[in-house]
Amino acid sequence: MSTLTTTNSNDNYLNHTKGILSWLCTVDHKRIGIMYLVCVLFAFFLGGVFAMLLRFQLLTPEGMFLTQDQYNQAFTMHGAIMVFLVIIPAVPAALGNFVLPIMLGAKDVAFPKLNLFSWYLWIAGLVFFLLALATGGLDTGWTFYTPYSIDKASSMGGVIPALIGAFILGFSSIFTGMNFIVTIHRLRPKGMTWFRMPLFLWATYATAIIQVLATPVVGITLLLLIVERSMGIGIFDPAMGGDPVLYQHFFWFYSHPAVYIMILPAMGIISELISVHSHRHIFGYKFIAYSSIAIAMFGFIVWGHHMFTSGQSQLMNIIFSLVTFSVSIPSAVKVFNWLATLYKGSISLNTPMIYGLSFIFIFAIGGLTGLHLATLATDIHLHDSYFVVAHFHYVMMGSALIGFLGGIHHWWPKMTGKMYHEGWGRVAAILVFIGFNVTFFSQFMMGSKGMPRRYATYAEMPEFQVYHIWSTAGSVILAIGFVICAIYLLQSCFAGKKAPANPWGGRSLEWQCSSPPPWDNFAEQPEVGDCYDYSVLEWNEEEQGYVWKKDVLHPGEANG
Amino acid sequence: MSNTDHSHHGDGVGHAVPIKFLVLICSILLFLTAVTVWVSWFDFTEINIAEMGIIMALFVATIKATIVGLYFMHLRWDRPFIGFIFVGSILFVVLFISLALTDTLEYQPEIIPGNTPKVQEALDALKN
Repeated sequence: MSTLTTTNSNDNYLNHTKGILSWLCTVDHKRIGIMYLVCVLFAFFLGGVFAMLLRFQLLTPEGMFLTQDQYNQAFTMHGAIMVFLVIIPAVPAALGNFVLPIMLGAKDVAFPKLNLFSWYLWIAGLVFFLLALATGGLDTGWTFYTPYSIDKASSMGGVIPALIGAFILGFSSIFTGMNFIVTIHRLRPKGMTWFRMPLFLWATYATAIIQVLATPVVGITLLLLIVERSMGIGIFDPAMGGDPVLYQHFFWFYSHPAVYIMILPAMGIISELISVHSHRHIFGYKFIAYSSIAIAMFGFIVWGHHMFTSGQSQLMNIIFSLVTFSVSIPSAVKVFNWLATLYKGSISLNTPMIYGLSFIFIFAIGGLTGLHLATLATDIHLHDSYFVVAHFHYVMMGSALIGFLGGIHHWWPKMTGKMYHEGWGRVAAILVFIGFNVTFFSQFMMGSKGMPRRYATYAEMPEFQVYHIWSTAGSVILAIGFVICAIYLLQSCFAGKKAPANPWGGRSLEWQCSSPPPWDNFAEQPEVGDCYDYSVLEWNEEEQGYVWKKDVLHPGEANG
Repeated sequence: MSNTDHSHHGDGVGHAVPIKFLVLICSILLFLTAVTVWVSWFDFTEINIAEMGIIMALFVATIKATIVGLYFMHLRWDRPFIGFIFVGSILFVVLFISLALTDTLEYQPEIIPGNTPKVQEALDALKN
């Protein structure tokens, strides 16, 4: 009955079939996940280049080398690439695609062909964004606010290709979400009730709900914007009797839940990392599970907090401010449960754990600073300042992206069958943590003192130069951390030590197949027990990994 | 892989609706569309309810959407949970529209009455 394989199989999903077409036409969720991973990391590099342009431009108050228009393009492309091409698809599409079916003991997702189609839609979205750069540029900001974005005379010509790109990427997201919902509902193995699922799956499920419910709204909004810009129908144009604030309502109704699409899967990863690497049962399983759903639901009723200074009515300002406070509660529930999990755990400071601990620290700051912005009285001053930039980078980059990196390092042995250099992993993780905090904490400081965002120069405010210099220095440290990370991960693909099936001592099902997994994951669908009970595992020196204790029965074997 | 959840229809095969029945539903929908167009030709200002045309059109559209949901989307024969999901999505639409509309209505008193110059120009051009 056991479906365990404890040695690397010669035949695995990487070498089962060969040739470029076997990848481009694959319906294997693992290969699709790897393709997403490569593409998302490429887009991250592209977005990062734009980020470095911004940071170096701001080293001096007069600006270094970009014109005002070029700066506007740089922050727009940085934002649009990072939001639409990197952070939204990163965890669900790259890691989720790889891990989710194996965690369920399934052979694949519910709709494998739709999965591949989602990836092709991502590629099409990327092509349209590059087309936007090539056909006049994009300088509206990633939010495409009206009336600037509908004014063909003022804004650059790449708006419509970018909008089409974002629309297509929306469908990639919707189809992925649909796929995951059906997979989790219908392909769970025997014994895996809802409350026996790993928390990563709860987080992915909550994310998928948001993807399916919210993304169509931004799709229609972007279509309306295309029609407005090309035909001047007057829905958002005040000169035609339209309402530009209505555009913001339409846009943020998706884009606020979108930030939960970004953070929820990363929180799911952290639940796994903290538990596995402290070898302790997750504390408050049901609380964490329910909080994922609560975050998904609450996230739909707070979008107006992005619009406090837009001209939104006083009544709505008050309602949204009040409700925004409530959305922090389920997030805080998660943080407390993670901390309780760490307490009296046998903590291994492996690279994934360092990312996990970094997440908790950074997310606490990011989340708490959200309360400053949720408060109407303080947001009036902080809106459109660097405080906002720092806040969302703390939660999106410092939390979601670091969660993504932690997940990559946690599942890297499983995905590639190779171990990366642990020493360099820790060095890179620490550099990323330090670099991130130096980059963005200084932005909190200058934002609270009045430095506005999206300014190419600040010659009238030279007192902010010292903060910008710190921020740029931090970004260089961050970049070095990422480069080191890229080097040792690539090096491991070619010369890394062979990974055992279970290097970290995880209990979820993905650790019960070989590294890398066979092309069909499991010969038979395994039975499941408690995926956070680590007492059944022990370290095997010969394998350099964890194995099932000899005197303990596997879940299905107890019944004969 | 096989799943442990039993399909609503027991044998895993979808509920097959006869083609004639689907054609009947389609005919009803086309008839209701014709009703909508017929109603649009009436001038309701005589009964002092200028918006009656919109109210009637939305009423008919709701009936059509219900028929589509029940029969074309199979909710009539599916588990109540699926219907609950569908109604839930409608509630999200209501949430979105109501809050956005509330905001718009709140600042109506601050809006300068009448048409913008561009709109007035276009209307004048139409009259001429």
